[in-house]
Formats: sequence, C-alpha cells, structure tokens
Amino acid sequence: MSGTGGPSLIDSLFQRTLDDLIKGIRLHIPGASQSTFISKSLDEIRREIKSTDLQTKSIALQKLTYLHSLHHIDMSWAAFHAVELTSSSSFIHKKTGYLAASLSFRSSIDVLLLLTNQLRKDLGSNNQHEVSLALECLSVICTPDFARDLTPDIFTLLTSSKSFIKKKAIACLLMVFSQYPDAVRVCFKRLVENLESAGDNNAQVLAATVGVFCELATKEPRSYLPLAPEFYRILVESRNNWVLIKVLKIFAQLGKLEPRLAKKVVEPICDHMKRSEAKSLVFECVRTVVSSFYEYEFAVKLAVEKIREFLMDSDLNLRYLGLQGLLLVAPHHLWAVLENKEVVIKSLSDVDRNIKLEALRLVMSMVSDDNVVEICRVLIGYALKSDPEFCNEILRSMLSTCSRNVYEIIIDFDWYVSLLGEMARIPHCQNGEEIEFQLIDIGMRVKDVRPELVRVGRDLLIDPALLGNPFIHRILSAAAWVSGEYIQFSRNPFEIMEALLQPRTNLLPPSIRSVYIHSTFKVLSFCLHSFLLPEEGVNSSLIKVDDIEPGFTYSESEQEFTENDHATSYSSMHKGDTFTQESIVNVLTLVITSLTPLTESHDVEIQERVRNVLGLAQLAQEEICSHHDQKEKMVDKVDLKTSTIVRLINEAFSEDLGPIPFNAQERVPIPNGLVLEDNLSNLDSICADVQLPINESFSLIKPTFLPTDGDSTSNQQNEEDSEVSAAESTSLLAEHRKRHGLFYLPSDTNKKASSSFPPANDPKQGDNDVEDLVKLTEESLVLKRKPNLSRPRPVVVKLDEGDRLPITVKKTDENDDLISGAVRDVLLGNEATSHSNNPSGRRKGKSHSKDKVENSETSSSSKRRSKHRSHGKNVEEKDENSEKSKQKSGGRHKSRRRADGHIDVAVQKPVIPDFLL
Amino acid sequence: MIRAVIVINDQGKPRLIKFYDYQPVEKQQEIIRNIYAVLCSRAENVSNFVQDSTFGPDTRLVYKTFATLYFIVIFDESENELAILDLMQVFVETLDKCFSNVCELDIVFNFNKVHTILDEIILGGQVVEMSSSEVIKAVDDISRLEKNPNSIVRVQKSISGWQ
Repeated sequence: MSGTGGPSLIDSLFQRTLDDLIKGIRLHIPGASQSTFISKSLDEIRREIKSTDLQTKSIALQKLTYLHSLHHIDMSWAAFHAVELTSSSSFIHKKTGYLAASLSFRSSIDVLLLLTNQLRKDLGSNNQHEVSLALECLSVICTPDFARDLTPDIFTLLTSSKSFIKKKAIACLLMVFSQYPDAVRVCFKRLVENLESAGDNNAQVLAATVGVFCELATKEPRSYLPLAPEFYRILVESRNNWVLIKVLKIFAQLGKLEPRLAKKVVEPICDHMKRSEAKSLVFECVRTVVSSFYEYEFAVKLAVEKIREFLMDSDLNLRYLGLQGLLLVAPHHLWAVLENKEVVIKSLSDVDRNIKLEALRLVMSMVSDDNVVEICRVLIGYALKSDPEFCNEILRSMLSTCSRNVYEIIIDFDWYVSLLGEMARIPHCQNGEEIEFQLIDIGMRVKDVRPELVRVGRDLLIDPALLGNPFIHRILSAAAWVSGEYIQFSRNPFEIMEALLQPRTNLLPPSIRSVYIHSTFKVLSFCLHSFLLPEEGVNSSLIKVDDIEPGFTYSESEQEFTENDHATSYSSMHKGDTFTQESIVNVLTLVITSLTPLTESHDVEIQERVRNVLGLAQLAQEEICSHHDQKEKMVDKVDLKTSTIVRLINEAFSEDLGPIPFNAQERVPIPNGLVLEDNLSNLDSICADVQLPINESFSLIKPTFLPTDGDSTSNQQNEEDSEVSAAESTSLLAEHRKRHGLFYLPSDTNKKASSSFPPANDPKQGDNDVEDLVKLTEESLVLKRKPNLSRPRPVVVKLDEGDRLPITVKKTDENDDLISGAVRDVLLGNEATSHSNNPSGRRKGKSHSKDKVENSETSSSSKRRSKHRSHGKNVEEKDENSEKSKQKSGGRHKSRRRADGHIDVAVQKPVIPDFLL
Repeated sequence: MIRAVIVINDQGKPRLIKFYDYQPVEKQQEIIRNIYAVLCSRAENVSNFVQDSTFGPDTRLVYKTFATLYFIVIFDESENELAILDLMQVFVETLDKCFSNVCELDIVFNFNKVHTILDEIILGGQVVEMSSSEVIKAVDDISRLEKNPNSIVRVQKSISGWQ
C-alpha cells in the first residue's frame, strides 16, 4: 500500500464500499477492536479521498460521512473534498457531497465560500432533484453570507411551476430570513401570495407557507396581524389538518394581541372542534381556545368537554395531552380542573411517569389557602407510596407551591412548620436544602410561629436515627440553628443541649456540625443568663426589644409567657425552677466533656466554635462551682465575671435576624475608584504565590444562615489570643498589598466603605441610606387576614422587593427584531408609527432596528401617510378600498414589485381594521 | 420547527441522526445518551411523550418504538404532538414500503437512502411532504438518477462485487 501518497490503482480497484465498512464494523466487538478497525478504515479513507477518480473519492466520502454521523468521527478536514464533489456532473457524486456538507459543515468552516457558486448553479438547475439537494443543504448550513448571496435565486424558485421545488424553497426561506433579515424585503410578498395556493397539487406549498408564518409569528406575532384575513380564509376553507393546526397556532398568537380578531375566529375554531375526527386538530383547537380565547365561555366549555373525552380515553397519549390541556385551562377557569378532580387525583398513581407529573402539576394548580392543608395531606400520602423519584417530585412541588409569594397561601404556619418536619421524616426525602431554607426563612419572617418551630426542631434533633441519613443533614442543620436562635421558646433547653451534643453528631459533615456547636453556644448562654440574671434578663431584653420592634416581646420568664398569646401553652412550665444550680452545673459538665475532644478537630470552623463554647463554659464552671456551697448568696451572681460576659453575649443574641433581599448586594454603592470590569486574569499569578488552604476547612454554610451576632462574640473572645498573630498577619497583608496594589481598594475609601455598609439584616438601622436596603417598615408587613377565620394569619415579614430572584425577561433575538421590522415595512409600508388605529403602531421600545430601516425610507412615506389618514376617517371609503386591494393583490404585484411595492401595500393595509370590525 | 430526528436501537446505538440546527458532535452524543437513558427507563405501553429540555424549556420529544428501534423527534411549540406522531407514522410507512418490511438491518445498511427519504419529508425543520406515496415517487426518481452514472461507466468496485 502506498503510504501517504495518493491511492494506487490497486487501492481504487479494491476499495471497500460503505457496505463493506458497515459489515466490518459489525464484525468487530464494540470497544478496542472496533475502534482499531475504524481508525484503520479512516487511514484508508484519507488515502482514497485524495484520488483524482471521483468515484473513489465519492465512496471514501460516503464512508467518512457515515463514520461522522453515527460514530462521531471528525471530518472537518474533508470539507474541501465534499465541496469538490458537489460540483461533479454525476448526480450520485453531487448527492454524496451535499449530504456530507449538510451533516458536517458548520459556519466556521473556511471552505464554505467555495460552495456559494455551486449552490447558485444547482438552485438554477433544470433537474428538480439537484435543486432540492442544494435547498436541503442550504437550509442546514445557511450563513448570513449564503443568505445574502442566494436570496435572488431562492426568490426565483418561489414562483417555480413545480410545487416540488416551491414547497422546499419556502421551507428553506425560514433559515434564510433568520440569517439575513433583509431577504424579507425581497421575498415576503411572494411568500404571502403563496397563502392563496389551492388545489391538491399545491397542498404542500400551502402547508409549507403556513408553516413558515407559524414560525415567524411565534417569535414576534404583531407584525403578522395584517395578514389575519388570509389566515382566516384558510381557517374556514382548508380541510388539511396540518395546515389548520399551523393556522390555529398563528391565531393563538394573534388573538392575544387583538381582541376583535378573537371574536371572529372563535366560532370557526369551535366548528372544527366539533366536527373534526382528527385528534391532533381537536387538541390544537382546545389548546388555542384555552390559552388564547379563554374569555369565551361557550368555547371554553366545549374545549373542557373535549378535554374530558381525552381524559377518559384509553390511549395514554390522549390522557397525557388531556391533562396538559387542563393545565392550560387552570389559570383562568379553575372550575374545569375541579370538575375533573377525581381523574386528576387518580392519575397521580398512573403507571406513566409523564401522566403522574402532569397530574401533580394540576393538583398544585388547584391549591389555595382554603384547601392547602387537605391537598398536602393527600399528597404526603401519595409521596409515601410512590417511588423515590416521584416522591421527591411531589415534595418539591409542595415546597415550591407553599412558599410561593412569601408563603402567600399559608395561613396556619404552625401546621406548615410541622408539615416540613413531617417531610423530613419521609424515607426518600432528598429536598433537604429547600426544607432547610424554608425552616430558617419562616423563623426569620414569622415571629408567631417560633415556638412551634422550636418544637419541630427539637423533635428532629432528639431523634438519633435521623443523623444517619445524609439527605436530611441540611434539615438538621436548620433545626439546630432554629433551636439555638429561638431557644427562649423551648420547653426544655437542657434537652436540646443534650440533643445537640449527642455522640452521633459525629456523623454530620463539619459545616453542619459547626452549626450545632454554635447553637450549643447560644443555648448555653441562654441557660446561664436565665440562671444568673433572671430578673435583669426580663427587664433589659424587654425594654431593648420594645425599642426595636414594637409588638414583639422577647420573653424569657414565666411572667412574659403569660402575657404572650402564643406562649401561654408553655406557662405550665416553671422556668424559674428549671435553672437550678445543679442543673446548670450538669449542663456545664456535659458541654465540657463532649466538646473538649473537638478542640483538636481538623476543621477550623469546628475548632474555633468549640473553643468559644469551652471558653464560656469553663469560666462559668469555675465561678459557679466555687459558689456551690453558698446557695443562699444568689444575689452575688450578678457580680460574677460570667454574668457580665453573659449579659453582653445575650444582648448581642437578642437582636432579631431578618430576611435579606436577594438584591441587597447590588444595592451596595460601588465605592469611588473601584473598577469592577477589570480583567482579573493576572490574578492567577498572584494566587500562585498564595498558598490557599483547603477550601473545606472554612465555612461551607450559607452566610445567610450564619447569624451576624456570632461574629461579634467570637471577636470578643478571640481578641486577646489573636493579638500576636494579628500583628504578623497585618505585616503580611501590607506586603501583599504593596505587591498587588491594583487589586486592593484605595486605603481611605476602604475604611470609609467598610464603616458605611451596615449589616444587611440589622433591623435597627433606620437611616436614610439603609432605608431601601432593608425595609422592615410597617407598610411592608403584609397583613392578609380572612375575616371569618378563627385564628388570624400571623404577620409574615415581606421585603418591598427582592424576596425572589428577578425573573429574567425573555430576550427577543435581534434577528427576530430585524425580521419583524422588515415584515412590517413590507406589509404596512413604514407607517407603523404614524397611525393610531393599527395595533402595530403600539409597539414601541423594540424599535431601534426598525427605526434604522424607517429613517432610510422616510423620504417616500409622506404620500402614503396622507392616504392613510383618509382611511382612518372614513369607514365606507375604507370598505371600497379594501375591495380594490383584494382585486389588486391578484395579478399586478409581480410586475410592480420593486417600483410600486410600498403603495400596493399601503392600499392593502386597511383590510385589517375592516376585517376586524 | 422540528429540531432533530433520531433513530436509535434498544442498545442505545444511533442508526440515524439528523439535527436541523447545528450541534457539535460532542453535544450530539450527549443528547443521544441522555435520551436513551430516559427512554430505556420507561415502561412499555406508556405515553409517547417525554418532557425534554435538551434544547430549552419549550422543546418536546415524541418517540415511538418499532421492533428494536426507537424513532425520536424533538420539536418546539410550533408543532402539534399528535401531528408529529402521525408524521413518524408516515416516515416509518415510507421506510417500510421502500425496504419491504423494514427492519433494523435495512436502516443500518442504507444510510444514504434513509437520509434521502427523510430529506423528502422534512427540510430545514419544516415538514414538506406528508404523503408517503409522493415521497416514494421522489425517492425512486433519485435512485434512478443515482444509478445512471452519466459521467464514468465502470464496474462496481467493491470486494463483494468481485465475489
């Protein structure tokens, strides 16, 4: 065999065909032996493809195309050979070349330009199959260049007498438009003319035309309103289901824009719905009615009837679509869903996952504040019975529905919180993250629910079995946080302390364990506070909290509980008795013995927190145990060192944490001189000389959930022992700063900035600057009470904005914009902005591309404008004109296209209002 | 529009791949793998639709099993699900007529012809023909053109040809 050179005669004579290649591949077992065979064949192909003999080349390319398409072998290197073959006079070679091009070319290939001429030649061929090859290839690989250069050729094909070519040219047009919007100006009118194709020969031409309009209208419907009369005619006259479906889709878009149009088409749509045997058409009618014409009761009723037929059908596809139909009806006509409630609920246990999912969505659409409890009960039942995947799907939708709009539909938060607890215990539950988020979120937003929240948290914490399930660790983290933060509502803080310190907590990942330890700290300081300073605790916290948040009492003692509505249930507990000398000593011993081993933990976060807790515990133990004998001298407790510290810590903890808006970060003003857009690529070099510690050892916890007050306490405690190292690190920092000053803030702004940024969730900050950062003002508290409810809905703190991530607005493709601009120009002239009765005039804001177009043509528009005004005034005249325009649209377009195009359209335009009225 | 037509067998091996908007090879492979994973986990006698996010939120996937093959069409909201099912029927019928009782092997060994048939039905993601007899007419025409080598006349050069 002849190495790297061209193929020898022997090679050509004994060339393997595509069939041989396929057989060969099938003989080899998939894996190493097959890929060896393929790479051997590839070597052959590389040789053969260089052959001057087109037959050899063609077969080589066929094989390569096959390998590329089904075995994903790269063939970009053979692009030139493909182009070469397309120019062959032999049909089969040409076809091989085009197939290779359409399956493998992409716009970045440089030989594409070479193809332009060949495409043009083949588009003009007498052989319809050659034209069709070129069209197919163009429809896949079309680039702006191709589209620009070949638009005239495709334009010619649009009037072809062969419908075989015409339909393909029309289908191809869509790609051309999207690549080169200016093609619309040339081809659009011929495309519109094809809407009038009739007869059996032209059925596919009409279908293709309507198909193109359907695509265009989906992207930007408004421009096609003027064509409504044409579409209406097709809707009434056509008997081709395919065409009708597409026209319905167009009307679904147009109907949303123009109510008068809806009135007109809704009857014919109902006729189709009643008469048609084809399920596809019936379903399309249903979909159109319920999504766009839902204001027409009779149509919706009919549609719901049809949906019911679908739901009752034995065909699963129809049942699935029926459920989808119901889902579309739901937002405007919930009765339709309620009417079919049984079927929907039954479908939750269908064998088909799709159907189950649709049913679930429907069930969720039925949820309101009246029935949420009932529906959730049913769903939890289904979740327990379902397979893990669907079970989680159920839980996910329950969670997202219930939390929608800041828990809009939840009235009884006690119930909801216990539902969350229940979810955590479902064996397959994998929604830990969301439940974690909601438990904490509700805790921060709804004050009245905190006692119940703490109860739910306690139930989760004390169950050692739960610690073994990694999926709910996140939930436990939330439970621990809640129990620590709202420990004052706990029936028995000691029990929680034991739960937080139970041995099985070593199963938790470090990030969550540190939350546990931090909660231990809170519980401990609470216990100490209640024990050492019972009276002061009440008074000081009462006054302080009243300052911040009127109406909320930070209650710690029995006295307070009786005053608080929700806390009354806890009044039976005598807190004063709980915190005895003995119990406190026990707690301290427990804390010290369980946490001491952790001071050696490898995790920085754990180690630091443990040391914080131990610091407090050891100090307290020393002092309290030394006073053990003098039980009578309780008054002295106030003077203890521990008391001072505990008082300080408690003050820090008693600040209420509020929710943070998602856009809080954005609202922080950018300090002067800080360039955010800078290229940071040279950071790599800097990072290289900084040994980053392993990421894991630092906090993995969402900063939201880490109380800011934690920082203040740890600062207090660390200050002393960290002074030495602080000096060291300052010098290091200074050095780093000197070397990479570019990436630091200027030092003066830095200071100013850090002091002017208040903690985002600090409710005390009422200054003007911060006002919009967190607005926990009276107005923002939404009181949504139902008058007849026995128990009012608790206050849910809502932020003015930014409770949820902003919904990204669907961006229209720039090309779509250009297309619709061009379409409007062709259909309406460029009067769009000048008149008031045409709906297209309303479209503003998106008009930058259109403006460009308009400016270029304003010179010719004055004539038309005056003409149009007369239409606006005189209705009768308009009627006449529309008659005329219909006649005109028949024959004269072609000859006058370029010269008088605009005037023609201007006359045609008033047809719309006429039709709509 | 129709985004893709794919035929894979019950082992996940692709037999026909046609994307109407360009996808790099790696992406194609990934899509096919994902689709296969979904399809082979579905029970028999369930609905033919799969919610598909391969190409974005609004795309849908319809599939049909014929013997050892999955026929898959991915499309967006401007197509009707049931109409696409009909279209697949047309495609399969046409294959059936062209290969008289089509089986997987026919599709394996007729790579070019299957593409020819598909191209007569769908062009640029738009359906251009729904009648299988029209498709067959065009395909027969093309086969005749292919067999008439108006440039070079030669003995077919393949090893099997010599045997």
